[in-house]
Amino acid sequence: MSNVSKIEKQAALIREISGVNPYKCMKCGKCSATCPAFDEMDIKPHQFVSYVQEGNIAALAESKSLWKCLSCFACVERCPRDVKPAKLIDAARQIVEREKGGDYLMADEIPTLLDPELPQQLLVSAFRRYRR
Amino acid sequence: MKYSYYPGCTLKTKAKALDAYARASAKALGFELEEIKDWQCCGGVYPLGADEIATKLSSVRALADARDHGQELVTLCSACHHVIKRVNDDMKNVDDIRTRANNYMQLDTPYAGETNVLHFLEVLRDRVGFDELKKKVVNPLSGKKIGAYYGCLLLRPSEIMTFDDPENPKILEDFIRAIGAEPVVYPYRNECCGGYISLKEKEMAGRMTDTIQASASGFGAEMLITACPLCQYNLNQTVDGLPVLYFTELLAEALGVKEEAMA
Repeated sequence: MSNVSKIEKQAALIREISGVNPYKCMKCGKCSATCPAFDEMDIKPHQFVSYVQEGNIAALAESKSLWKCLSCFACVERCPRDVKPAKLIDAARQIVEREKGGDYLMADEIPTLLDPELPQQLLVSAFRRYRR
Repeated sequence: MKYSYYPGCTLKTKAKALDAYARASAKALGFELEEIKDWQCCGGVYPLGADEIATKLSSVRALADARDHGQELVTLCSACHHVIKRVNDDMKNVDDIRTRANNYMQLDTPYAGETNVLHFLEVLRDRVGFDELKKKVVNPLSGKKIGAYYGCLLLRPSEIMTFDDPENPKILEDFIRAIGAEPVVYPYRNECCGGYISLKEKEMAGRMTDTIQASASGFGAEMLITACPLCQYNLNQTVDGLPVLYFTELLAEALGVKEEAMA
């Protein structure tokens, strides 16, 4: 597959997995203004939408933002155009995790991360978000 | 009145108290929580991908079981409630997910979102009623200044959760009034505690909970209440923060069944 067609395919896949139409975005920036993880993100939520529009998928796949989104749905709730940036971020994360070696959390790491109060809910949530 | 009940993984382990206080309180209020047989973990977070099916099936099993018993399905943990309510919405409204999930499940009667999912707080508000609850309080928590911590999962996306006003909720404040205490409204009550980020990035989670804790104590709260074990865990990481209790503990205390719940 040529590089161009792979990029086009991945951009289409992000739109399909997310079920979101990024072209509806009117660049108001409300998603980034409301994001509690904004400071930690290299590609901000409103920029993330532009990257998908432009098909710049390689940059998204490398982005730290994939692992900083909290799934708090503040951007989903407050987007006036129903673009739902969290769903686009999740779709990009899925594309990375569905490739071999794309997991962000390894089972071997778990023992070092535990403490006596840590709830099971935290482990199952992290496993589901960070790996296949 | 009898409801199907989905406790979830953490209510059987680290958050046993959240569950026990709820069951004892339900009994005192005249309704019964019938635990679903062989329920499976909801996964903790809703699978957002439109092509995710297998990760939604544990919720579908619980939903179909409640439907088969002719009961509404009650949840208590905010995360379980979020996941099950959203999967139910998918089963009701998304043809592709409904078809493919039913192909996996091969139920006697295919499931199409028939079950009504209620959070325990919604049972208190919409089935029991806060006025009735107030009448059954034997030990009002007078003088206690309590900050409600909603977090994210009960409220958003409001289009699907239909729990309360997502920007200015009041169900927990009404609950606090019903048990005789004084609610403290503070700005960060529906801001994220960090959720699962606290596993690998404790500093980032800590900055978020410190802000929430400072907001609540700055407005005069003496304690926080929550429905979510993960919110409680995260908020407890703040050094010298306010104590964070499950709302069901205060409910059981007000109804005079606290000791019996943990016996």
